[in-house]
Amino acid sequence: MIEVHFFASLREKLGCDSLSLAWAAELNSPRAVIARLAAERGAAWREALQNEQVLVAVNQEIATLDAAVTDGDEVAFFPPVTGG
Amino acid sequence: MRPDIRVQTEDFSHEAEVARLRERGGAVGAIVTFTGLVRDLDADVAVHGLFLEHYPGMTEKSLHKIALEAAERWPLLDVTIIHRIGHLEATAQIVFVGVSSAHRHAAFSACEFIMDFLKTRAPFWKKSLRSDGEEWVEAKDSDVAASQRWQS
Repeated sequence: MIEVHFFASLREKLGCDSLSLAWAAELNSPRAVIARLAAERGAAWREALQNEQVLVAVNQEIATLDAAVTDGDEVAFFPPVTGG
Repeated sequence: MRPDIRVQTEDFSHEAEVARLRERGGAVGAIVTFTGLVRDLDADVAVHGLFLEHYPGMTEKSLHKIALEAAERWPLLDVTIIHRIGHLEATAQIVFVGVSSAHRHAAFSACEFIMDFLKTRAPFWKKSLRSDGEEWVEAKDSDVAASQRWQS
């Protein structure tokens, strides 16, 4: 199983703060997780997640869309950060 | 150097934080602090406050990492980073960075470095509560440029 989290404007756009996906070998990167969610949940999700501004973290470290994802991992998608 | 990292809804006392940074005594030759506040105007529109969202766990880790990176670049004695979350009224304190060192140059540079990286790497998001509605704050290119200048 992998945990997927969404934050800030992306969380609001999707109307979802987190979900879990049963582990499958095909979910081996954030890019693959996006492809799965886009296929399952439709155009609004595809559009929101494929926005090039969206940042990715795997296990709470900034990662690329092609980073490795394995069973038990936590994957997060969020807009550019604006703290401080 | 073990950075003191706090992500909290409560306010903080600048005076108490500076006193804490002085606790090492005679080795401390310089303390530089930065305090960020909530402004009451955003592009000429009145702002009555902010809502600050964060990524629990990752936020603390990323602030810790930024503090350690600063300590690798400059000889620092202590680093304190406090960032508030949740609802903040205009004029409230949002963020505190305090750095102590033997000499001023290291303290000035490290404080600025930490703020530049906090702005572009730590997972916080601000929603501006404006007189004309609520709006997520957009990331600024100038903040990205500020963090890139340290990469030389």
